[in-house]
Amino acid sequence: MSDRLAVRKTFKLYLGGAFPRSESGRTYAVTDARGVFLANAAWASRKDARDAVVAARGAFGTWSGATAYNRGQVLYRVAEVMEGRHAQFCEEVAAGEGLSAGRARAVVDAAVDRWVWYAGWTDKLASVLGSANPVAGPFFGFSTPEPTGVVAVLAPQRSSLLGLVSVLAPVLACGNTAVVVTSRDRPLPAVTLGEVLATSDVPGGVVNLLTGDAGEIGPWLAEHDDVDAIDLTGAPPAQAMELERLAAGSIKRVLRPPAEEPDWSADPGLSRMTPFLETKTVWHPKGV
Amino acid sequence: MTTSPLFEYAPAPESRSIVDVRPSYGLFVDGEFVDGSGETMKTVNPATEEVLSEVAVGTEADVDRAVRAARRAFTRVWGPMRPADRGKYLFRIARILQERAREFAVLESLDNGKPIRESRDVDVPLAAAHFFSHAGWADKLAHAGLGPDPRPHGVAGQVIPWNFPLLMLAWKVAPALATGNTVVLKPAETTPLTALLFAEVCRQADLPPGVVNVVTGAGDTGRAVVEHADVDKVAFTGSTEVGRSIARAVAGTRKVLTLELGGKAANIVFDDAPIDQAVEGIVRGIFFNQGHVCCAGSRLLVQESVHDEVIASLQRRIGTLRVGDPLDKNTDVGAINSAEQLARIRELSEIGEAEGAHRWQPACDLPDRGFWFPPTVFTDVSPAHRIARDEVFGPVLSVLTFRTPDEAVAKANNTTYGLSAGIWTEKGSRILAIADRLRAGVVWANTFNQFDPTSPFGGYKQSGYGREGGRQGLAAYLRGAS
Repeated sequence: MSDRLAVRKTFKLYLGGAFPRSESGRTYAVTDARGVFLANAAWASRKDARDAVVAARGAFGTWSGATAYNRGQVLYRVAEVMEGRHAQFCEEVAAGEGLSAGRARAVVDAAVDRWVWYAGWTDKLASVLGSANPVAGPFFGFSTPEPTGVVAVLAPQRSSLLGLVSVLAPVLACGNTAVVVTSRDRPLPAVTLGEVLATSDVPGGVVNLLTGDAGEIGPWLAEHDDVDAIDLTGAPPAQAMELERLAAGSIKRVLRPPAEEPDWSADPGLSRMTPFLETKTVWHPKGV
Repeated sequence: MTTSPLFEYAPAPESRSIVDVRPSYGLFVDGEFVDGSGETMKTVNPATEEVLSEVAVGTEADVDRAVRAARRAFTRVWGPMRPADRGKYLFRIARILQERAREFAVLESLDNGKPIRESRDVDVPLAAAHFFSHAGWADKLAHAGLGPDPRPHGVAGQVIPWNFPLLMLAWKVAPALATGNTVVLKPAETTPLTALLFAEVCRQADLPPGVVNVVTGAGDTGRAVVEHADVDKVAFTGSTEVGRSIARAVAGTRKVLTLELGGKAANIVFDDAPIDQAVEGIVRGIFFNQGHVCCAGSRLLVQESVHDEVIASLQRRIGTLRVGDPLDKNTDVGAINSAEQLARIRELSEIGEAEGAHRWQPACDLPDRGFWFPPTVFTDVSPAHRIARDEVFGPVLSVLTFRTPDEAVAKANNTTYGLSAGIWTEKGSRILAIADRLRAGVVWANTFNQFDPTSPFGGYKQSGYGREGGRQGLAAYLRGAS
């Protein structure tokens, strides 16, 4: 055994491509599944959420304007870089979720594979969801799916990595940018994922990860006029209805929370992408 | 500036005797016309202020009766029915609409105030086309890309606006029925008559009782439909303000919601555009249906170098528009739908002047009775002006300028709405590049205000969510659809 003193990590937010502390200065203690102290995490505030929305809006043009092929490669790159940190993710997932080493490995494998799956979707969406419209007149008309914009994601509370990737990757595959509130009690894999994103050619601001309490930050995001859609998966059940009401103020697209946190290993289909896509229809006359 | 018209037109009125307007109507519930349990309201011809008929104001109890009829029909008849047979009913309805097209066109113009040319050539044929197109979907839903066995929600509560009463009915009812849902429809307060005539069509088609129910009324009736606990799916077309309250009302329920709300579309004219065609498109964009169009091209963004030429040409063209009797086949611009809407248009126009924009209206004689507002163009409009931001929903065009394509895109997207937009240029690559960057659900390039049942329609941002028409529109009415 080495007697070298370990260098501990400070767990911070991932915001606009940087790793700031919460502007509030707040932190909270994160424990493992048995209650043993693991780390202090940043406790994101309303101001952090608003900064994250600004960053996400700023990044939207670049990310949504990138070619589908390019977005696919970037998401695949996330899987590659995650694979390199496999052991770290296994350790954090095992500690936070109280899983055996074997089970944690399976969860991390599935999370990496989910990025790969969504990476392959980016250049298929338009052919699967779009159309050439056979209108009754001398016009060429076509419809294509486009990203909704800035999506607020309240990530699952239990599945801290696979659940997080399962809600985040589809939002990105569609070309949206995201402001994510992570699992409150199990935020550490999310912070590590932020480090992966920062080194995977994902432009700064495309993903913003706020560790903290969805119950506290959720309402600010739900009523924020510059947020286009909100995924309520990780919302406190008692608060979901109020969040949906707040979201109505700016006609946000709302993905309602499931009755219970689902089995994230199941095939997600298109169900987590279509809520964050718009259809644009373009007409042009035909004539010589 | 007044120009004498090139031609004098003799009056060419469509006969109103083709349509038999009853002095009063009940509600259409479970296949029968029944008395409402509440009060009645009068519906007037906005061109003359003449009372056309009295219709029931549906109460909560009436809505409940209609929802129960729709539920029964869903469970016992419409849900279990062979999809091909559902389709055949829709084909029948489409055919009857075509056969009775003249009747519908006259009634629509009487109740709404829109020119007969438009109700005859646009509203009614498109409504029939919508039923015809969706009829074919009924037994092909497994091929719609929504999963192998998509299922209907159940009872759809649908609330529609007054600007295209029959067409909006078709946009709502056709996809709902084709996908196996049953319907409780609340037509707009000021335009209930074509929906009630449609109820007769349902009877003529032997549509099973309860599959379509029509409950007339105003805001409270619509609220009762939206808030009824046994409604599974809510579809609304109307103002963003009401859309917000509906989204709040369904929050926390299992109801699924689609909203088609307001707009403030930019119609962008580049300096290389064919100006005469663009002017026709601008006119079509803002004066079609008196500007009572959610996707109206109400903000003209014209490149600075051609501003004067476009405006001069536009004013000359507007000078030839014939404003007046909606039933006259030569009429281009009809009556404003209601006194309330007229007041709003007047108010926003006055604010436009007060804020510093310049108002231009052609010399035109307006009828003494009825609700009228002449085609209006505001120049010197700044993006901060109310008339550049608020939906006027009337024949009022706000003109802004730009210098570069980037500025055009920025100004076009500078709105909380995102329903539609127009682009006028001869350069194909520019059309595609600008269309990509516009945050709007429908982009018309070198055309405007085109609609088709195969073409998805709906908004970005606060113009709502969900699509109507096309394969994409089916998703709103199917469960497990992704």
